[in-house]
Amino acid sequence: MTAVTAKVQKPIAPPKPWTRERTIGWALVGLWIFIIGSLLLWMVEAWNPELFDRYFPKYVSGLIITLELVAASIVLGALLSFPIAMMRMSRNWLLNKISYAYVYFFRGTPLLAQTFLIYYGLGEFRPQLEAIGLWGFFKDAWNCGVFAFTLNTAAYQAEILRGAINSVAPGQWEGAASLGVPKWLTFFKIILPQAFIVALRPYGNEIILMVKGSAVVAIITVYDLMGETRRAYSRSFDFQTYIWAAFIYLAIVEIIRNLWDVMEKRLTRHLIR
Amino acid sequence: MTEALALLGFGPTGWGDEILAGVGVTIALALATLPVGLTIGFFVALGKQSEEQTIRLAANIYTTIFRGLPELLTLFIVFYGAQIGIQTAYAWITGSETVIEVNAFVSGMIALGVVFSSYASEVFLSAFRAIPKGQYEGGWSIGLSGWNTMRLVILPQLIKIALPGLANLWLILLKDTALVSAVGLSDILRQTGIAARVTKHAFLFFGTACMVYLLLAIISSFFINRISDWASKSEAAR
Repeated sequence: MTAVTAKVQKPIAPPKPWTRERTIGWALVGLWIFIIGSLLLWMVEAWNPELFDRYFPKYVSGLIITLELVAASIVLGALLSFPIAMMRMSRNWLLNKISYAYVYFFRGTPLLAQTFLIYYGLGEFRPQLEAIGLWGFFKDAWNCGVFAFTLNTAAYQAEILRGAINSVAPGQWEGAASLGVPKWLTFFKIILPQAFIVALRPYGNEIILMVKGSAVVAIITVYDLMGETRRAYSRSFDFQTYIWAAFIYLAIVEIIRNLWDVMEKRLTRHLIR
Repeated sequence: MTEALALLGFGPTGWGDEILAGVGVTIALALATLPVGLTIGFFVALGKQSEEQTIRLAANIYTTIFRGLPELLTLFIVFYGAQIGIQTAYAWITGSETVIEVNAFVSGMIALGVVFSSYASEVFLSAFRAIPKGQYEGGWSIGLSGWNTMRLVILPQLIKIALPGLANLWLILLKDTALVSAVGLSDILRQTGIAARVTKHAFLFFGTACMVYLLLAIISSFFINRISDWASKSEAAR
């Protein structure tokens, strides 16, 4: 009586009926295929090698400027966010209120308005800025863009950091204290690494928001990817130029998103049981 | 100081009335976008939690595209794309070419609406997931139809759960309306920009613009708190 376990055969799945949901679903997917397909078809048909040759190098330089702008403001903003987050968590009433006002201002107003305020607004103080030797810095649109974005992202990053640090259980502080670990060491070696796991996802979102937000510098005459696109469109009146930019921006965002998924998986592998 | 007040004042020499008109345009645009974004967002969220794979796929393509594109680029694509599309269609139907100007307000509404809806769909989706299955089953078991279960049982709970997320999106929407000044709509930022160029007091006027946006955010927060108080009233009975 051994090995009589006959292979159990699964019954053949009944044919999937064409329910209402299935019909709607296929219609919607069909619509997407139609839209994207006709877009690609149109681009192939309207393909202009001369246009491509002329603007391809410009798009590359625009892409590099966009990436530089985002990288510079994210890194500088991260440095600036530390003191702001510390002030926000301090018990000193004045420091707390100052950092609260800072964060409230930069999160409550449009990035475009902040950029205008710095690029055009600081021009009003040209004599004073010249006197302290900073006019050379604020004369340049790229510098102003980086400055505005740094201040803006520092406010958002300070909130991310504060939330992440607060999310670490107070028992971690107490445990370290009971082992005689000094406070600053506890912060850097015990609290911060745990906070970063919590902060990882919001940081990724902030970088994506910055990549998308950086397009507004095109309005203050920086030739980033968006700026180059606008220039190419205003010279060629070919709508393809915008579609190219759309594909490039989508690719950047998707790359960052997938990179973050990989990073999160790696950093949280000790939490998976 | 008095000069600044005179510049911001009302009347023929001050720019106060022009800026106030811009505030009106900004608020009108944000309020007009809200129902569009909420409706599309709700249906996209329904699609994302559908059992049918193809509906999920179609909904996910939608959010991937509109959350990945910069808002400014979406706006330009809608603004110029609609213009070219309508002109081509017009020429194809009637055989004669005309120049058609697309309304900046409507393109702003469409562009901001699709962006808003793709973020709102995520908020609605997580709210849907927070509602236990028993709520649907309870609705069906007392004989409500699928639509009435959604309307009378699920939706009131859904709104309450989704409210903080949607309030956040409203504040983001309010800020994103500033982008429409780039396609020529006379909103707050455009009006203050004109004033800055004419009077050469850029810092004053752009500073004012920022303050107006902050004020709008504060006023919104007040109303949001009122709504959330109203929504949480039903909880007290428990």
